[in-house]
Amino acid sequence: MRKSINTDIAFTHIITRKRQTFVAALGVTIGVGVYLFMNSLSSGFGTFSKGEMFKNSPHIKIYKNDELSQPLISSRDSGHTTVIINPQITTNSKKIINPEQLLSRIKQQPYVVNAIAQVSFDAFYNRGKAQLRGNGYGVDILEYDAMFKTGKYIVAGNLNRLTGNLNGIIIGSGIAEKLNLGINDNITVTSSYNVVKVMKIVGIYSSGNSLTDNAKSYMNLSAAQQFIKEGPSYVSDIFVNVPDPDNSEKYAAMLQQLTAYKVEDWKTTNADVLATEKTRGTLMGAISLSILVVAAFGIYNILSSTIAQKINDIAILKATGFAGKDVIRIFLMEALIMGFIGTLMGLMVGSVLIAIMSTIYMGGPVGYFPIHFEPALFAKSTVLGLFITLCAGYFPARKAAKVDPVEIFRK
Amino acid sequence: MKNREVILSTRSLGKYFYAPIKFKVLDGISFEAYKGEFLTLVGKSGSGKSTLLYCLSTMDTSYEGELFINNEIITGRKINELAALRNRSIGFIFQFHYLLPEFTCLKNVMIPALKLGKYSYKEVEERAYNKLEILGIKDQALKPAAKLSGGQQQRVAIARALINDPAIIMCDEPTGNLDSKNSQIVFDIFKQIAHEFGQTIIAVTHDNDFSRNSDRTIELADGKIISHGKKLNDVF
Repeated sequence: MRKSINTDIAFTHIITRKRQTFVAALGVTIGVGVYLFMNSLSSGFGTFSKGEMFKNSPHIKIYKNDELSQPLISSRDSGHTTVIINPQITTNSKKIINPEQLLSRIKQQPYVVNAIAQVSFDAFYNRGKAQLRGNGYGVDILEYDAMFKTGKYIVAGNLNRLTGNLNGIIIGSGIAEKLNLGINDNITVTSSYNVVKVMKIVGIYSSGNSLTDNAKSYMNLSAAQQFIKEGPSYVSDIFVNVPDPDNSEKYAAMLQQLTAYKVEDWKTTNADVLATEKTRGTLMGAISLSILVVAAFGIYNILSSTIAQKINDIAILKATGFAGKDVIRIFLMEALIMGFIGTLMGLMVGSVLIAIMSTIYMGGPVGYFPIHFEPALFAKSTVLGLFITLCAGYFPARKAAKVDPVEIFRK
Repeated sequence: MKNREVILSTRSLGKYFYAPIKFKVLDGISFEAYKGEFLTLVGKSGSGKSTLLYCLSTMDTSYEGELFINNEIITGRKINELAALRNRSIGFIFQFHYLLPEFTCLKNVMIPALKLGKYSYKEVEERAYNKLEILGIKDQALKPAAKLSGGQQQRVAIARALINDPAIIMCDEPTGNLDSKNSQIVFDIFKQIAHEFGQTIIAVTHDNDFSRNSDRTIELADGKIISHGKKLNDVF
């Protein structure tokens, strides 16, 4: 257990100057604590809002995209004429051909968590003269629940009553309220293809989003297919969930190999939300990082004054054979000890703030503030705290290493 | 003198000061110091004797001419090499003790040896006690350096200079802050170091008693050696 003499000197300085060490460490404590807390806030909220997004939209969506006619048919050789036409949408139907086969092939992929088919149409909900506009969705409700956790938001009835019930429908709480309908009541649904059906309400959900609650209803696939006068092979979208939504573009590329239809991941669909998210993250990062930098100045100050006071000691150390790099090591070590103590206390302060924040009730679908202890953020705060103290310590330490002993001794 | 082995020598050493005006502070200094010699450098204030000592010490590297220690050329070596050389072969004693106030006397003495890393911690401790005993302050070993009297502090500083058994010990006014009794103690120690242990002492001083009793005195004036002297006669 041979402790290096450099370490020995550094520790002695730290121990004999407890107050300065503590003050310097306190700066880092505040910096690291605030950094950890703010980034946990931002990350917790980001995770929450991403979860909100996945309530309605899948990780990957497969649908038939509009096809445009070729604007230019170029001639094969100079003897023929080039035909120019206005580009036009040439898609007649949004139908996915042979959806069962595609769906089963997608389900066979090892990286697919679950995949479902959906039929969507424009619906009108009527009761007497009152009419509401909305969207109807034909889904296998149990698979749909596995993907979007719809069951969580059911406030009356239950999901199971929809299975096998071609006449059943689950409506949003907004529709129920506006049309004054309750569970087991009948509702008249009309589609834009002028198909009219009277359906029985088997469930009512409330997602907390009024846009959804006022418009969306769920029924069986075949019921929806009837509304748009299509056969059982008609499907408008296929939804796929993957294990790691942050890498959805990778899985989307793999799925695109299986089909000619458009495969779109949630990042493309929600580019605006993601950009907002990123902006907020950067903002929080910048603010908390500047606090950390300010904290580093504490270390810089304390170390600079220590070095100014110890200039005689540095001179004699250099005279007795300590090289510049030894002097740098001694003072960097002191900075690191201060930084280490400060970072440790900062992590504790941050944890306390996170714990307090997580007990604050925000109300609505959010519940308690979505903030968690994230090991990755703790690691990041530690590394940053130590890195910044190292930087703050380096400049005074380098100054110490450059002390010219002759100048000191000749005074 | 019995042993004429050269330990340190210079060849036409020169040095300029540039502020406030260019001024040649050392001019063509050539001399040799022998093993086991107690050598003093004297001269009036401004004669360049301290400047010469710091050039010899390897801490000041901005000179012209050449410096040899142990027959090896020192001029032009890298700063880190010079630091290692000082650690191994040169001990320093100044007018002020320059002890580290946070450490005990013992630890202060041990630091250069711990840096050298030649001996284990236990051995270094033993050697430091040994040196303190030679200097008669073993009983003060575990006191903080700041708690000692001036004479005792200077003796601890001497023990620190001796810890690595350096070939050369360089002193800048080693008795400048001491009363005559302590000066005499220090002088006797120097004599002992040079004659019993065969280490070379190069001391800058303007204490005439001190220089008169040393083995040899080199006198400087205006940056030049004016006497390689046997014995310097009392100026006054």
